[in-house]
Amino acid sequence: MKVKVILFAYIRENIGFKEREIEIKEATKVGELWNEFKNQLPRKNNLRVLFAVNEKYVNEDEELKEGDEVAFIPPVSGG
Amino acid sequence: MDLTNDQVSRYSRHLIMPEVGVEGQERLLSSRVLCIGAGGLGSPLTLYLAAAGVGHLGIVDFDVVDFSNLQRQIIHSEDNIGVLKVESAKERLHELNSDINIETYNTRLNSENAMDIFKDYDLVIDGTDNFATRYLVNDACVLLGKPNVYGSIFRFEGQVSVFDAERGPCYRCLYPEPPPPGMVPSCAEGGVLGILPGIIGAMQAAEAIKLIINKGTPLIGKLLFLDVMEMKIRELKLQKDPNCPICGDNPTITKLIDYEEFCGIGRGADEPAEDSADIEIGVDEFNDIISNNKNVSILDVREPHEYEICKLNGSKLIPLGELPSRINELDTADEIVVHCHHGSRSLQATRFLKHMGFKKVKNLRGGIDAWAEKYDPSMPRY
Repeated sequence: MKVKVILFAYIRENIGFKEREIEIKEATKVGELWNEFKNQLPRKNNLRVLFAVNEKYVNEDEELKEGDEVAFIPPVSGG
Repeated sequence: MDLTNDQVSRYSRHLIMPEVGVEGQERLLSSRVLCIGAGGLGSPLTLYLAAAGVGHLGIVDFDVVDFSNLQRQIIHSEDNIGVLKVESAKERLHELNSDINIETYNTRLNSENAMDIFKDYDLVIDGTDNFATRYLVNDACVLLGKPNVYGSIFRFEGQVSVFDAERGPCYRCLYPEPPPPGMVPSCAEGGVLGILPGIIGAMQAAEAIKLIINKGTPLIGKLLFLDVMEMKIRELKLQKDPNCPICGDNPTITKLIDYEEFCGIGRGADEPAEDSADIEIGVDEFNDIISNNKNVSILDVREPHEYEICKLNGSKLIPLGELPSRINELDTADEIVVHCHHGSRSLQATRFLKHMGFKKVKNLRGGIDAWAEKYDPSMPRY
């Protein structure tokens, strides 16, 4: 099934896109999908990001459905 | 409290709207608001709060005005370079509105002074520029039951929310733990479009004013995102985390902690603290190496647009983000010195290369900026 992934801030550069439609297995959890992207960060690390599906905050166990819009939002601290 | 004729005249555009009116203006005039930081976010928000007649405005900052601040920190001026930011801000705010009190705190906010400074204020506005202070501001506000008007920026993107643990989630509900040190570029490392903190800071000021006059719908339980490049605003519905360590059902944090340690300042969270010393060299040692003509490769992990501003002779550019995919361009047998602007991205790169089997790799502490300062005064610094 297809979902749309939206990345925010610096992880766009680490992972290499801003918005992309991707093919994933049925019933993939949002945390599992993030773990795949996390491996593409510069070094193995425990960056925690905010998960949102269809503009609503979800936890890592949320199962994705066809056509969902998934956003990964890392913390930023500039001021 | 009756408004004076001058006040009626000054605040007339507020007074003629029923949502503010005399009652709302009197609330503003008797309110006490604390702004953490007199930088990119602090500039617009203190200017607008002073203009709006917030009667007692506190400002915390330990820094002095730098030439590179003026691109976005519009409260400061060329004349005040080198002056304490709190003094520079107070001067400008007084020119704008001499009718209000401005209290300045020329100090670095920490676990020892935060509760004492916060306790006399109705609400706190987070305009700081680092994670340690953001967690500190959050925790102190939760412990004291005060709303925290949050704003944060990165390059072309900003976030705004109101964290009021009595009515919704706090910052820790969103991000229970800080990111690994060095992972998130600061404005100094990543850059920022000057207008962005202007917009985000003004949004924070709007939220603060709504809270004070108790009108409208505050951004409690919502995180607003702005992407200036698309000029698109997204809003995300948040949830209070029942397991939140400070505002959840069974809080484990009941007093302020050591936030520098919590955020692992100066070391990788997953690395021993002493680790960076033996993989780093200073600019003096680097100077010895290159003047002795030793066969050393210089790897620059900054971005191409930074490379255009200044570079070290003979250096090879591979931006940090591209390093994993371009690692085959480097030879594990070579002696390599890695550098960036200030030494934080290159420390990540150095650790990554070590991890990938590069034995003779060192990070240049302080980056190209430290080199320019000591050994190449002709090099432009940014």
